[in-house]
Amino acid sequence: MFLSWLPENVSTFGRDIDGIIALIYYITLAWFIATMGTFAVFLVRYRRRAGRPAGYIKGDRWREVAWVLLPCLLVLVLDLWIDFKGARVWAKVKIESPASDVHIRVTGKQFNWVVTYPGPDGRFDTADDKTFLDEMHVPAGKPVRLTLEAKDVIHSFFLPNLRLKQDILPGRSIPAWLDAMKPGQYELPCAHLCGVGHSGMKATLIVHEATDWDAWVGEQWSGSARPGEKT
Amino acid sequence: MSHASPTVTAVRGPHEATGFFRTYLYATDHKMIARQYLLLGLIMAVVGGYLSYAMRWQLAWPDTEVPGFGFVGPETYNVLVTNHGTIMVFFVAMPILLGSFGNFLIPLMIGARDMAFPRLNALSFWLLALGSAVVLVSFLVPGGAASAGWTGYPPLSAKAEYTGVDWGLTLWLLAHAIEFAAFLLGGVNFLTTIVTMRAPGLGFGRLPLIIWQQATAAILFLLSVGPLIAGAIMLLMDRIVGTGFFLPERGGEPLLWQHLFWFFGHPEVYVVLLPALGAVLEIFPVFSRKPIFGYTLVVWATIVAGALSFIVWAHHMFVSGMDPRLAMPFSITTILISVPFALAVFAMIASLYRGSIAFELPMLWALAFLAMFTTGGLTGIFLGSAPSDIYLNGTYFVVAHFHYTLISAVIFGGYAGIYYWFPKMFGRMLGTRLGQLHFWSTLVSFNVVFFPLHWIGIAGMVRRIANPLQYDMIAPHQWINVVSTVALFGLVASQLVFFVNFFVSQLRGRPAPANPWEATTLEWTTPSPPPHGNWGEALPVVGRGPYEYSVPGATRDWLPQRTGAAAAEARP
Repeated sequence: MFLSWLPENVSTFGRDIDGIIALIYYITLAWFIATMGTFAVFLVRYRRRAGRPAGYIKGDRWREVAWVLLPCLLVLVLDLWIDFKGARVWAKVKIESPASDVHIRVTGKQFNWVVTYPGPDGRFDTADDKTFLDEMHVPAGKPVRLTLEAKDVIHSFFLPNLRLKQDILPGRSIPAWLDAMKPGQYELPCAHLCGVGHSGMKATLIVHEATDWDAWVGEQWSGSARPGEKT
Repeated sequence: MSHASPTVTAVRGPHEATGFFRTYLYATDHKMIARQYLLLGLIMAVVGGYLSYAMRWQLAWPDTEVPGFGFVGPETYNVLVTNHGTIMVFFVAMPILLGSFGNFLIPLMIGARDMAFPRLNALSFWLLALGSAVVLVSFLVPGGAASAGWTGYPPLSAKAEYTGVDWGLTLWLLAHAIEFAAFLLGGVNFLTTIVTMRAPGLGFGRLPLIIWQQATAAILFLLSVGPLIAGAIMLLMDRIVGTGFFLPERGGEPLLWQHLFWFFGHPEVYVVLLPALGAVLEIFPVFSRKPIFGYTLVVWATIVAGALSFIVWAHHMFVSGMDPRLAMPFSITTILISVPFALAVFAMIASLYRGSIAFELPMLWALAFLAMFTTGGLTGIFLGSAPSDIYLNGTYFVVAHFHYTLISAVIFGGYAGIYYWFPKMFGRMLGTRLGQLHFWSTLVSFNVVFFPLHWIGIAGMVRRIANPLQYDMIAPHQWINVVSTVALFGLVASQLVFFVNFFVSQLRGRPAPANPWEATTLEWTTPSPPPHGNWGEALPVVGRGPYEYSVPGATRDWLPQRTGAAAAEARP
């Protein structure tokens, strides 16, 4: 009902996020069936019929109250389970970040993504920087470090296929990372209302195979050094 | 426990109806003010519904002429999405669920003659009317109405150049400020009335649950709105006098607004939800002829949920750029809030156990509330979990989720209350056949509009885009947008059925007896509609709890809260 609608996942941590979504899905589905099932049975069984008076049950004794308190306890246990499983995934995606030799700066502005590579010197805002508009290239199978910035208003960097989303606040540099597993082209929409051109503000993420990536880098900087590597 | 002394009330005397102006415009009678709120809420619902119609048309068939509206396109779309949200939450849900239900029911259910401050009450209403007018006028000023989303995040909302909207957004902020003032005054009035004017014998443990819910909602609003009023003034100053509270280039911080907004925004959800939940809790016992299961537990669940709602706000901000280490604590508090609400849902289901359930119109809406609210509550867990929210935040899954929670409150809870108290409010019964049509068509079309939006959200469709076809991921799923839009036509048409029923029944409906549902609470011991001053010579005296149905050994299956001769007269 829900899970099959997820687009293909191509990132390493995307599997963990999908795992949490699936966990929550099965827990909530079980609750939905249990509560709505009970509800439906009661509606049919206790519909008004002549000569059958209602019971007088106030739910003010422990023996009665246990019928709702015990399920609540189960809710609490499952809540904590979701939290503890989730905390690890959250930390992996948003707090820890693996070592990486590819560093990209993405700047959101009304209404484009500006993607900057530091070039062979590994530093931004130098002569060998390369900038792309609405196009972002990354290698497959390698962690990529991102620095997210916004020029004017809040934008949100969203890669549905990589299960990565991060709002970008003007005036700050926000770190993020990704590790794409499968070469291909993926959409990168802005997920935060940013003005009249918000709809359609999107870039393409191009994930290159390892050899292909080296060729692309060579093309861009006409040397063999990879972006991010010190020469 | 304190009671209003009957002599004091007698000195003020029951209100006398005096002329058109005093009766309908400068009215201080709580029942007339309740009707004013209801009418204002319904009028604004027509506006908000009209905007949603244009919005959904644009989503299904982008950039085509909308019949009866005109061309939408991205600029107008942002105006629609902003004002639909603003109007529905602040100018429909609050006027109907708090303004109308609260004003009508609090004095009648606690045995008072009016609210504690009748003129303040009139002032609250007219301030709200002014706020509504300001929202409507904002559509007419040069540059058009606000278009920065109903949450109005700066910097987008802080500078006219970012949206192209100048006065429209300033007026939008002003309308909010007026609305907040109106409901602040209203909240003070509600609380004062509930605490000081309960009838003799009506202790807190005998209060009908909706009064508990109204009181909790009023407290939540009073405690949470202050920071947002401060935020709104800061944003106004950023726009008008060039301060930079939220503008990074002037040393400000955009994230501050989000904290101020959601510190209010999450309790606000419960401000809207609790009165609706209260109405449903009143209706369950009447139509299952059983006491509500676990009265004390439900009261505590309400208070605990209300308290928790103050420490969950950052779940709207997991991926906002705040320190990511803050996310898990807020994720835990957020998911914990499912416990008190689960308790309320379980208690409601338990109330049906061994009941004698009659599927009359108010009960149908109340039962549908329970099913829809449970659905919306469960989908909330996906968003309350921080890692799962990385993906789902800002998608249509969120849109689907909050429409299941808010519409379950405003539409299903709201109509439950309107169908239940209509006879008391207008002295006539609502037509049953049109009511049945209204209920079933609303239930079906609502689910067809909103359930598929979960899917398209999971598929990656983000909110507030004017043209889904611009996205390769979404274009193959466009049929969902078409289905949802077509179903919306049905949802709108169903509400027309209600409007016909609502106005025709007021004129030609079957005259309502004092107590058509054989209910126990105090309001049903007054004539329908109740006269000015509500109770005639003497205030009612309360002898028992609010839900004494099917008490063993009693001669009939309900025992009214009110004791004495007046109670006997309440029999239909």
